[in-house]
Amino acid sequence: MAMLEVSDLHVAFPRGKRGWVEALRGVDLTLEKGERLGVVGESGAGKSMLAFAILNLIADPGRVSKGTIRFEGANLLEMSESEIRRIRGNRISMIFQDPMVTLNPVLSIGTQMVETLKAHRKISTAEARRLSIDKLKEVAIPSAETRLDAYPHELSGGLRQRVVIAIALLTDPEIIIADEPTTALDVTIQAEIMALILKLCREKDVALILITHDLGVVAEVTERLMIMYAGKCVETGPTRQIIDAPRHPYASGLLKALPQNAERGSRLYQIPGSMPPITALPNGCSYHPRCEFASERCHAAAPALVNGVACYNPLKAKAEATS
Amino acid sequence: MITWRGFLKRFLSDPVAIGAGIVLLILILMAVLAPVIAPQNPYDLLQIDIMDSEMPPSWQPGGDPRFLLGTDSQGRGVLSTIMYGTGISLLIGIGAVIVQGILGVTLGLWAGYRGGWVDSFLMRLADIQMSLSTLMIAIIVLALFQAAFEASVYADYAIIMLILIIGIAEWPKFARTVRSSVLGEKNKEYVDAARVIGLPARKVMWGHILPNALTPVMVISTIQVAEAIMTEAALSFLGLGMPVDRPSLGSLIRSGFEFVFSGSWWITLYPALVLIALILALNLLGDWLRDVLNPKLRRGDD
Repeated sequence: MAMLEVSDLHVAFPRGKRGWVEALRGVDLTLEKGERLGVVGESGAGKSMLAFAILNLIADPGRVSKGTIRFEGANLLEMSESEIRRIRGNRISMIFQDPMVTLNPVLSIGTQMVETLKAHRKISTAEARRLSIDKLKEVAIPSAETRLDAYPHELSGGLRQRVVIAIALLTDPEIIIADEPTTALDVTIQAEIMALILKLCREKDVALILITHDLGVVAEVTERLMIMYAGKCVETGPTRQIIDAPRHPYASGLLKALPQNAERGSRLYQIPGSMPPITALPNGCSYHPRCEFASERCHAAAPALVNGVACYNPLKAKAEATS
Repeated sequence: MITWRGFLKRFLSDPVAIGAGIVLLILILMAVLAPVIAPQNPYDLLQIDIMDSEMPPSWQPGGDPRFLLGTDSQGRGVLSTIMYGTGISLLIGIGAVIVQGILGVTLGLWAGYRGGWVDSFLMRLADIQMSLSTLMIAIIVLALFQAAFEASVYADYAIIMLILIIGIAEWPKFARTVRSSVLGEKNKEYVDAARVIGLPARKVMWGHILPNALTPVMVISTIQVAEAIMTEAALSFLGLGMPVDRPSLGSLIRSGFEFVFSGSWWITLYPALVLIALILALNLLGDWLRDVLNPKLRRGDD
């Protein structure tokens, strides 16, 4: 059995008095120990929602309306608040997008690290500080001892994200969910931070769920890939395979839209239109209004995820995909 | 973020703040050191002589050098009673604000963080409370209390009663302020991050959100101390506050008021001046604090 198994996950938000609107519409996901999974999709596809749902932290008034999330066999959604708190931040931790806002501005780095440790371990403050310094050193923060008493505003963006990573690793978790960990950083240090996350995950055999919209990063870091569109997984499989030969038209469109895949001098490719809001999804396959291969069938009913792709007219040969 | 050094720099560069600070410091020192520096202990009946009553300030004809600011109708030195009275006024003001703060911060934090029916319930309760004037509640409760107990019992518990009544009657101001800053803070990502590391709601609320929501609390605390002292003075003036033998500034003003038209103006005037100075200093400091802690008005140098 996989370490983490999400099946048929639905997350819904109330829409006035007229019922519910679904932000996630049946997502399946499996993660083995030490495996690195990329979750890719446009803004609003439900990527971050998936991350919060896994930790059972969907903000009110939203709720998981259907599905199970099994971590080592136990359903996280059925756990009591105190049971899930023993997993949250301890065995599954999370790295957020913007280190400028994820650290509490009025507490020192050390306070926040010690607090995290003390929430999950019975240890003394001195011991917690020692462990925190070790972790800060692991994420290559220079003069970790003095940085421990620094406040977030005294550190640069790159250093802050290293601190966030150190906090995520503090309790030696089995899974790290990284929600666009490099998007808010300066381009020059994005690669550095990503390399650090990859190195630490490999060294410690930590499973990683990397949420991003950067297919370049995904190709380098992850083993498996899941492409999301409008709250559903449209294609999943080994990263290499999808990058080399995407089968879903959306996956293929995303890859074509990468500037480095464009021919020099030609206009950059873009997928026509934009993702529909979850309140006004089209009938059938939610991608069909933007899809160049859409047929009658696509208008009528949504395709199920079969052999890793949810499409009636999947692209087959590599030649076809890149044409 | 404002640092302590930046805070001090801003303080020293503002003459109004320095002035208000000095006045407040002098009044606090005067009140705290009253048993040591006051020329007379007005609570000690052995030191009071009825023959000394209604003496004018010492520089006036008929004045006595022992009583710089004159004496009241019972022969107590006005300077000494002011020193002791300021202490009682400050004690009630600060005590009431602590009660307000504890109640208001707790309920405001809870309402803001939980939202939903808890929020609606507490805020409607606050609305109801705000629609009843503090003075009115205090008058009713204190009048009942005074009627129900003997004067000596009343005298012993008057300070505690005043602190509790003013404290309880004014909690909505703190609760509303804290609630509104909590609403602004609770959707920030550091709150999500705190929840993600597995902290219980109690720790997220008190340890992470509250420190970020404290700035306005500091500002209203200062102004509320002034307000509480005013309320107490008003109650004492109406005869419902501190008893005459343990006078606050308000009861001093009242005790002298009866003699204003017989020419003994000093009994009322000097406590009134001290009360005005105290309230003014507190309000000026509160305003200054509000400006300094407001990020929109912050200059680039700190």
